Amino acid sequence: MDYYDNEDNENLEIMLLLEAMNAKYGYDFRNYAKASIKRRIRHRMSIAGIKKITEVIERVIYDREFFIELLGDFSISTTEMFRDPSFFQALRKSIFPALQHLPFIKIWVAGCSTGEEVYSIAIMLKEENLSDKTMIYATDYSDKSLSAAKEGVFSIKSVKQYASNYNDAGGIQSFSNYFTAKGDVAVIDKSLRHNVVFSIHNLASDGVFGEMNIILCRNVLIYFNRELQNKVFDLFTKSLEEGGFLCLGSKETIRLSPFSGNYDEVLNDEKIYKRNTRPVSYSQKIDNNPVVTPEFVTKGGELIRAMKSKIEELDCLISGVQGKGGV
Amino acid sequence: MRRYEAVVIGASAGGLDALKTLLTHLPNDFSLPIAVVLHLHRNTKGELINVLQKGTRLNVNYAQDKKRIQKGYLYIAPPDYHLLIEDDKTLSLSVDEPVNYSRPSIDVLFESASDAFREHVIGIILTGANRDGSMGLKRIKERGGTAIVENPQSAEYSEMPLAAIAETQSDYILDVDEIARKIYELLGGEKCKTF
Ligand SMILES: C[S@@+](CC[C@H](N)C(=O)[O-])C[C@H]1O[C@@H](n2cnc3c(N)ncnc32)[C@H](O)[C@@H]1O
Repeated sequence: MDYYDNEDNENLEIMLLLEAMNAKYGYDFRNYAKASIKRRIRHRMSIAGIKKITEVIERVIYDREFFIELLGDFSISTTEMFRDPSFFQALRKSIFPALQHLPFIKIWVAGCSTGEEVYSIAIMLKEENLSDKTMIYATDYSDKSLSAAKEGVFSIKSVKQYASNYNDAGGIQSFSNYFTAKGDVAVIDKSLRHNVVFSIHNLASDGVFGEMNIILCRNVLIYFNRELQNKVFDLFTKSLEEGGFLCLGSKETIRLSPFSGNYDEVLNDEKIYKRNTRPVSYSQKIDNNPVVTPEFVTKGGELIRAMKSKIEELDCLISGVQGKGGV
Repeated sequence: MRRYEAVVIGASAGGLDALKTLLTHLPNDFSLPIAVVLHLHRNTKGELINVLQKGTRLNVNYAQDKKRIQKGYLYIAPPDYHLLIEDDKTLSLSVDEPVNYSRPSIDVLFESASDAFREHVIGIILTGANRDGSMGLKRIKERGGTAIVENPQSAEYSEMPLAAIAETQSDYILDVDEIARKIYELLGGEKCKTF
């Protein structure tokens, strides 16, 4: 039985940690899938030699550097160029032609990580002669990833692997033409960046990006719980033009959300959906963007301190009980 | 008798055959949910599901993100995604970096299963030529779950079972067909029913 108590404490501590990160720094991970978050926290604890999550809470509150590290751990930045080649092929073959007639095309890549996906799209746009009338908005909450994305520097080894993805995706050029080799790294052709704007945007707390023709958000929503997923679908639905396309990762779907009815199937295998003309009904509306007042932010610190001392009290109590039980 | 809620299985090289054998030896009325990490090539498609489905009454599927795990189902981690079990008994997929050079990783599944089920889970390590799963099995055992390892002498590849045995005081080290019987016994079923 004592065991359960310890387990429950861990979940309580995680909840408090996420509250603290939100209250103190405005990064809201409270509605992320917990199993992966737990792994990240444990990983950081083992590197930092920390035994209890309560200590992580303390470090996060008082040590900004530590917080930044943990924030980096939480941003799973794994990505590739032309990941899921058949998806990129579908984008080129089925979606781009549908946008050809537009005077101007706006694409939002949400959760763009270190830019591999963005440059994949930029390459295809160039090959389809659409670059000049297209703007790509590439966003992520991680400024570290965004800086790397702007640099566009990749290891030669990974570029080799991307080359095979590119070919599988129906690439028509020699892939190496898009890079300049410098030692053991390859730098992406700068001209591919002309029509790309990189900016910070947090899907959990920031607002609408208007009038997009395509929104790509791949391998991000698997990290969110249903509630946060629905909030993000609301955001996307508001940001997407009628007839615009929503592209999700291969293991993600809009079909379990209240917004399912607002999207038609284009290519289900590739998780590409088209926004139809059906209006969003009232019952679907989601309370977007909780307002964090400055007052709450300062109060947050006090709240956390109070909660922390409560946990310590609880810990004392529990170890007392365990002592008696004779473990 | 302990109440079990799920079985998690990790297998690598030689794992498909071992898994097929295990499934065919489970009795007809076995219905506990099973989650499996089988190291696969990232381009593996649906045939695997059909192959496994032939030997069992359980519904064999690739695990889907956010789905609640259910009795009568066997979930396979899809190629190139980690599979995790949440405390609320739903499945999560992730593209976190590979662990032990593997995605999916057995350690990742087992660790999350030990969080979600604590002592109510059986963890099984089958054949393989790497060390994935040994830390995860250890964690299951530490939290009071049951640890079973395929007998390295009869396993097609012994490295993974040996690594698991070195890391954890396993409850049972058995040939694959015996593992099936043991699971049933642990669940309070009859000693042995042939399929
Ligand atoms: C696994 S990567 C996926 C990258 C790319 N879309 C792909 O599929 O290759 C997930 C990215 O989502 C970002 N992310 C996670 N939560 C986010 C949020 N709330 N707002 C914006 N980006 C987020 C992470 O920082 C990370 O860069």
